[in-house]
Amino acid sequence: MREIGFEKIVETVSRLFIEANTELGEDVLDAIRKAKDMEESPTGKEVLAELLENARIAKEEQVPMCQDTGLAVVFVEMGQDVHIVGGHLYEAIQEGVRRGYRDGYLRKSACHPFTRANTGDNTPAIIHMELVPGDRLKIIAMPKGGGSENMSAVAMLTPSVGKPGIMDYVVKRVKEAGSNPCPPVIVGVGIGGTLEKAAILAKRALLRRLGSSNPDPELDQMERELLERINDLGIGPQGYGGRITALGVFIEMMPCHIASLPVAVNIQCHAARHKEAVL
Amino acid sequence: MGEILRLQTPLRDEDVEALRIGQKVLLSGVVYTARDAAHRRMMDLIEAGKPLPIDIKGQVIYYVGPAPAKPGRPIGSAGPTTSYRMDVYSPKLLELGLKGMIGKGKRSKEVIDALVRYKGVYFGATGGAGALLARSVLEAEVVAYEDLGPEAIRRLVVRDLPLIVVNDVLGQDLYEEGVKRYSRQPQA
Ligand code: SF4
Repeated sequence: MREIGFEKIVETVSRLFIEANTELGEDVLDAIRKAKDMEESPTGKEVLAELLENARIAKEEQVPMCQDTGLAVVFVEMGQDVHIVGGHLYEAIQEGVRRGYRDGYLRKSACHPFTRANTGDNTPAIIHMELVPGDRLKIIAMPKGGGSENMSAVAMLTPSVGKPGIMDYVVKRVKEAGSNPCPPVIVGVGIGGTLEKAAILAKRALLRRLGSSNPDPELDQMERELLERINDLGIGPQGYGGRITALGVFIEMMPCHIASLPVAVNIQCHAARHKEAVL
Repeated sequence: MGEILRLQTPLRDEDVEALRIGQKVLLSGVVYTARDAAHRRMMDLIEAGKPLPIDIKGQVIYYVGPAPAKPGRPIGSAGPTTSYRMDVYSPKLLELGLKGMIGKGKRSKEVIDALVRYKGVYFGATGGAGALLARSVLEAEVVAYEDLGPEAIRRLVVRDLPLIVVNDVLGQDLYEEGVKRYSRQPQA
């Protein structure tokens, strides 16, 4: 058993949320730079230049790149030989979110579904936990904005529609989302499992590094085709029209029930924020 | 995209009439912030025949719920929020003299028609460019509905806020036109 202290987790979660909100990943920056070179629309180019400048300012001034600093989504991979001392893991994560959103001057966006009363500290965090072999604790902080999350969906497709039907559905989602999720977007697709599993696969897919290829050759091919079809939509940066609507498409797949074909599309805006730490 | 145009609020009919979709504008002057909750309260006042907390004649409303300001700063990150949630309220405000709105995302047909009828403009600010946009904000002061936190009405003084004209007095829509120009889909 390896021991990890409560306070260590609080500190880590707090730091990760501040970092994620202020520093855009190098892979995303690279993808936006390439997009700017490829974009044919002058307005589109201008928008992409603004995004690069915005990321620079955010990092330099240590302010959030976007005012929507998201709901706090946390992926945890906990080694089965880890023992948390000094308190409960979930409590440590909540406390880390509280502290990070306060100390980082991040906007608190969690509210009651009916009254819309703000919870005041951006908790509760949405925690996805997985038990893995080993004695390490991996924490991934993913602040998720409302604009792009609102354009996401799960569909229980008819199995007979097959791969073409899945692809049509994904493209349709992005088309209908239009300018709302702040394109250029990244599209996470979860195929298979059950209703909730497909959604988690789609969200998890968004953690992949932009520019990386899918280890499954068939899915890799599908990702490329989807990216081309999505960029052919012409939505462009901010939806003002242009060549670059998406920076990447990531698919995760698993078996499903013989009667079902769940497909989830989780749209991520260009503020593709996630930071991880291994304790 | 052509020349960049500098505009100063309050906006006059002539200012708005000269704007066309795709035009880049640097806006300076006073701009008010409001989101759904503030709009709802203003509508209640209008329906009750009471005065609004701000005089909206010739003014511009920015749909933004800024992040908290760091010490010594007027405002935190301040990019636009999605505008369609304000669609039900905007025609009435335009009728009462509002000249401009700043946000992101498509507006309803009712809003686009109201822009034509009452001579107004809808600007897009780059969604997610909150740190960049905040640089153009020189002053920020809560003028109404403080209890709404980030959703309170703030009076901002901005200099060279970078915007794009999305809907103009001719009823044109940059989202429609732009996508038409770049789509490679036969059915689009
Ligand atoms: S969709 Fe993303 S970039 Fe756009 S406002 Fe929301 S969080 Fe910010």
